[in-house]
Amino acid sequence: MLHLGLLRQLHPHPDRATETPDWPLRFQALAGTARDHRLQAFYAAGAVTGDTPMSAVPLMALDVETTGLDPVKDGIVSIGLVPMRLDRIFASKSRHWILKPRAPLAAKSVTIHGITDSQIESAPDLIDILDEMLHAIAGHVVVVHCRALERQFLTGALRTRIGETIEFPVIDTMELEARLYRKKHPGLIARLFGHRQVSIRLAASRGRYGLPRYRPHHALTDALASAELLQAQIAHRFSPDTPLSTLWK
Amino acid sequence: MQDEQLEIADFLRRYPPFNELPEETLHHVASSVDVRYFKAGTRIVEFGEEALAWHVVRSGAVEVFRRNGTLYNRLTEGGYFGEFGLLHRKRVRFPAAALEDTLLYLIPEAVFTELFENNEQFADLVEIEDRTRLRQVVSRREDANQLMSATIDTLIGREPVMLERHSSALDAARRMTEEGVSSLLIVDKLHDAGPPPRMVGIVTDRDIRIRLVAPGLDYDTPVTEIMSSGLVSVEHKQLVFEAMLQMLRNNVHHLPVLKNHRPIGVIALSDIIRYESRNSLFVVSSIFRQHSVDDLAALTVDVRACFSRMVTEDASSRMIGSAMAVIGRSFKQRLLELAEEQLGPPPVPYCFLALGSMARQEQLIVTDQDNALVLDNSFDPARHDDYFKALATIVSDGLARCGYSYCTGGVMASNARWRQPLRQWEHDFTEWIDKPTPESLLNSGIFFDLDGVWGRTEWIDTLRSLISRKARGNSRFLACMARNALLRTPPLGFFKDFVVEADGRHSRAINLKRRGTAPLADLIRVHALAVGSLAQNSFERLHEIIDADILPRGRGQDLHDALEFVSMVRIRNQASDLAAGREPDNSIEPESLSEFERKSLRDAFLILGNAQKYLKFRYQPGRAN
Repeated sequence: MLHLGLLRQLHPHPDRATETPDWPLRFQALAGTARDHRLQAFYAAGAVTGDTPMSAVPLMALDVETTGLDPVKDGIVSIGLVPMRLDRIFASKSRHWILKPRAPLAAKSVTIHGITDSQIESAPDLIDILDEMLHAIAGHVVVVHCRALERQFLTGALRTRIGETIEFPVIDTMELEARLYRKKHPGLIARLFGHRQVSIRLAASRGRYGLPRYRPHHALTDALASAELLQAQIAHRFSPDTPLSTLWK
Repeated sequence: MQDEQLEIADFLRRYPPFNELPEETLHHVASSVDVRYFKAGTRIVEFGEEALAWHVVRSGAVEVFRRNGTLYNRLTEGGYFGEFGLLHRKRVRFPAAALEDTLLYLIPEAVFTELFENNEQFADLVEIEDRTRLRQVVSRREDANQLMSATIDTLIGREPVMLERHSSALDAARRMTEEGVSSLLIVDKLHDAGPPPRMVGIVTDRDIRIRLVAPGLDYDTPVTEIMSSGLVSVEHKQLVFEAMLQMLRNNVHHLPVLKNHRPIGVIALSDIIRYESRNSLFVVSSIFRQHSVDDLAALTVDVRACFSRMVTEDASSRMIGSAMAVIGRSFKQRLLELAEEQLGPPPVPYCFLALGSMARQEQLIVTDQDNALVLDNSFDPARHDDYFKALATIVSDGLARCGYSYCTGGVMASNARWRQPLRQWEHDFTEWIDKPTPESLLNSGIFFDLDGVWGRTEWIDTLRSLISRKARGNSRFLACMARNALLRTPPLGFFKDFVVEADGRHSRAINLKRRGTAPLADLIRVHALAVGSLAQNSFERLHEIIDADILPRGRGQDLHDALEFVSMVRIRNQASDLAAGREPDNSIEPESLSEFERKSLRDAFLILGNAQKYLKFRYQPGRAN
């Protein structure tokens, strides 16, 4: 049926069926195989085990802004990090980097993220801050809204710079919303009446939990927005005792 | 600054007390903020736990409780809580819970303390003691009262009409006729934009008569030949009084009003006369010049104008209350004169009594007539009552025509029960005081504010000293009066566009008389009776109560401030009703209150609530006073 094909196409995570790895084991293995010393150190810091209750998991909300939507052609212009726990978002410890992408800035993307040529003129390359960034993330479970996008851009950027890619455990707040709103096929009536799909984009998802409207497309704001969304999702649908394995990928 | 969360700074900048902070400090605070989400119904902080942060509501709604679990406050976006704990032993004093799904900004204790200690304005705004804050508000107003007078710009009705200097006298006369004005400013040149025109003179109706027509000059005479130059002008923020002096000193009837060297209007002597006619003394004297109820009723407009004028002049509630009481009293006196003219001299001496707010000199424009008659002891109902019934009816009906509605409780001299010889009044007061029941006092409470308006007013002194003698230290009577004074309670505060009641329910509007000034006056009356005060006005009573030292330290001043502030909000609300052409009342919708008024009203309600608790404790039955 037509809508099925459409649904599959819209599905946020084509790889959803793939098994979540045993992250601590996976990190041990990667620490041995990685060639770049920064990656080695990152993996050697280890990963939290899947049976850890959410209340004890160190988390790091992350967002990247890019020159466009194509991970092959476009590059990263900024990265925001906000460390958090289930009971507190350490906005005061936020980190933000403006980066010089290897792809030129398109005028269209400038209107979205507001970062201009003159700002990136003196900005560092991702490789210059990689150590600092990986150091900040090491030991944390990353929180993003739509992990596919973040992952593809980070992977692409690293491959061109160090010839290796990176893997780490992620909680995807968009996927947590998709579990509620993308599981069931719309009923016949809903289809006949052209029932609109519930949006699982960041702003719409936040609205459902009573979270305020933020100006989107600033890496720090979006990271904070995902952090708050995760707290709300767990407060409403899970519990502090929920094991990490229920949520991560 | 790259690592700063812009949303947090932007949010804080929109709300007090952060909007008063220097930009640099604001960024410092914003970058210290941590965040936490609370689902509706979950607890945020518990009593006694370590106070680690100051909480600001980013979105949602929060309820703050007293230690005993009763509601203390309800907050929404921009509200804050936790300062009590941070400033006292670093322990949470007021537990809190999320009423709706809520996002909180947490400002760490160290940053809060630093702000509080280094930024006086910030400290004032979040000041922990509600009473201290209200004291500042009221004393700031009291300072302003010393300047009590309106400024000239309030008299300007329209932009000035101007004409260029090389026009003719005919042009001037035509222009004045078209515009319907009695004066014209003459300027060197009129520009659409650029520098303001320079005034070279003024032409008035009188100039055309005296300088043009009488000497028989041609209509083509340049306007500059008949104008007055060497202009006398006033600045827009000068006092009306000063404008009047200028006119007298220079013998002119028109004055251009300047603002930044630009003429913004012209005021005429007639404007000043019209303004002065709204003076309360003027209203009183015109009351005594009227010869019929119809004429008196027509003065209602002037009474209201006088009220509005006092509000714009920043008069205190006490000044307004006593001016309105004097006016009300004058209406009664004039009506009684007119009634005696109509009915002939009274068969026995009498005294006409004012009760309630008028006796306390706390009258506003929306008010009942509460009155009574004290008759000579030789009064014989069979022979004399027809006269007094007719007299009372004339007064009562007349007052109703003049805007003082009939008392719904029937406390009027037209009611035979309240038309009694002095002997009977003495007996009534003795009964009320010596054999009190809350029921008997419920209806007679109003008689403990009494004032003689007309006739044998010395009898009222007799009654007042009787009350003072018997009530003082009479614990049974005071306990009953106290019980009745607790029947009307204040609400808790405001939440969104609602009034929050102590039990957490919401209402759309608040009657500031019933929930504010009336319970305050009731409470003050009980203390006043306890100390044997003869005063009637609540502020005067408070002075005597403070002198008698029966309240905990500072609480008398708190009550004074609370009464002044609530009264002024009530008064301003009535004045803005009048200005908007609505019938004024005592009901206020929270959306018409500023954030500042809401906060200060809540402070006043807290003071009233605490004072009621103290009243209950102090006059509990059986306790020696």
